[in-house]
Amino acid sequence: MRLEELWEQLEARLATWGRTHSPWAVHFNSGSCNGCDIEILATITPRYDLERFGVKIQGSPRHADILVCTGPVTRQARERLLRIYEQMPSPKFVLAVGTCAISGGVFQGCYNVVGRVDAVIPVDMYVPGCPPRPEAIIDGILKLLEKAQAEGVAT
Amino acid sequence: MPSERFVIPIGPQHPALKEPGHFEFSVEGERVTGATVRLGYAHRGIEKACEERNWVQSLYLLERICGICSHIHTTAYCLGVERLAGVEVPPRAQAIRVLIAELERVHSHLLWLGVAAHEAGFDTLFMYSWRDRETVMDVLEGLTGNRVNYSANVLGGVKYDLDEARAETIRKGVDYLEARTYYYLELVVHDPVFVQRTRGIGTVTREQAEWLGLVGPAARASNVARDLRVESPYAAYDLFPVQMVLETAGDLEARVSVRLKELFESYRVIRTILDKLPTGEIKGRMPKKVREGETVSRVEAPRGELFYFIKSNGTDKAERVKVRTPTLCNLAPMMTLAIGHQLADMPMLLAGVDPCFSCNDRSIVVRNAQEAETRWTWEQLRRYGIEVYKCKR
Ligand code: SF4
Repeated sequence: MRLEELWEQLEARLATWGRTHSPWAVHFNSGSCNGCDIEILATITPRYDLERFGVKIQGSPRHADILVCTGPVTRQARERLLRIYEQMPSPKFVLAVGTCAISGGVFQGCYNVVGRVDAVIPVDMYVPGCPPRPEAIIDGILKLLEKAQAEGVAT
Repeated sequence: MPSERFVIPIGPQHPALKEPGHFEFSVEGERVTGATVRLGYAHRGIEKACEERNWVQSLYLLERICGICSHIHTTAYCLGVERLAGVEVPPRAQAIRVLIAELERVHSHLLWLGVAAHEAGFDTLFMYSWRDRETVMDVLEGLTGNRVNYSANVLGGVKYDLDEARAETIRKGVDYLEARTYYYLELVVHDPVFVQRTRGIGTVTREQAEWLGLVGPAARASNVARDLRVESPYAAYDLFPVQMVLETAGDLEARVSVRLKELFESYRVIRTILDKLPTGEIKGRMPKKVREGETVSRVEAPRGELFYFIKSNGTDKAERVKVRTPTLCNLAPMMTLAIGHQLADMPMLLAGVDPCFSCNDRSIVVRNAQEAETRWTWEQLRRYGIEVYKCKR
């Protein structure tokens, strides 16, 4: 009995370790101006090199641990955002990048805008800025991983 | 035996492009037999929102139509509004506008080169060009304080001035980039793998380009002389003229080299401006209210002609702002051209026109000739949006 508990603990730890040291991220733009997206792309290029933290940005939500959202959510993109979120396997984390994703930014109240990202899906970490610098985005992702690790160890 | 036909949906979330657009390609084997595009995922209703904001607030909203060519949007808007208001813009301000516009073109073309290389499976070039792009980002940041939405333009002039020390750092950056651009130009015409993906693919003849209404580098790659900086110089382009860069082949390779060769023109213009920057003020006085009237403002964005129609009713708000961005003109022809190509060429073909979705998603109401002209109110549009996207679920 004691051994089994230990084993479970070890397993959980291993999973958390794996998750927080090699997370895959998927990016979805739900109506942003593009500014945030190019800064996200810039994070994987040589000067910033997000991949040194083991983070990989790739295409399919089914393989992703982190959903990186940019832009206010437009009425047409809302459905897609939800679908992508649902396609991701648990545990999943959401990072909202940019003022628009946090509050709607300059597009607040526009007729075709539903609003901020956390009005549609739960968000774990916010990175403010219009657009945030690549360093800020990397910092956001690292903070998110710290949080994930703390949660993973606690459970 | 009848060949099988498939429809391949791509998007709106897809690995290739960073923006939401939905494409459907019907294929027979590997050959594309039909292509459609569905846009609108990034439609926010900016034009309508401009009617609710005053002239200055609209400036910051319009800057956020597109994060890649933010400066050119505000330039088009400012030039239009200043003309309406009859404001004299000091020559120094106009020159700084052009300087930033050319720096922005450099950043946009390098960004595009990277994306195109990535689509071609040439990730090394993607990393190279994005690394070098950081140089121009640094220059822009030093000049304006922000990497992407610089908000350098204000109504009546510009916000940031530059001194000799700043000019020197810009010169250094440009020198470095010029050397790199020579290298890239060499690379894209000689690297056998890249050439295989670009030479003779997606060819648009001159007649086709004119008939389909291509704009910007995509048109110039097919030898269509369309460049507003040359045809109708705005801001300070009459003082600092640029030369039009043309290619004749019309294929993807030509679109790559047109953009790269344009970079040399940009570097040259940037240097000339730095050397011969007019002295004086950088901002004229701008009244709060703009007198009644309407105007058209056209500028050459990195992707082609950008068109603004601005109508004022004499108050501190615009009555109508209409924006036409280059991507819409370039994207539709590509859907026609896609037919007959290999499916594997589609990402490259799309990337070839440098699509930008955030600026081309708009709503258009089509009415019968018999119907009376109507004006949709904010509330109507909102309700319409809610209704349409509810049914979709
Ligand atoms: S936060 Fe700024 S840069 Fe990012 S999507 Fe919104 S307007 Fe664009």
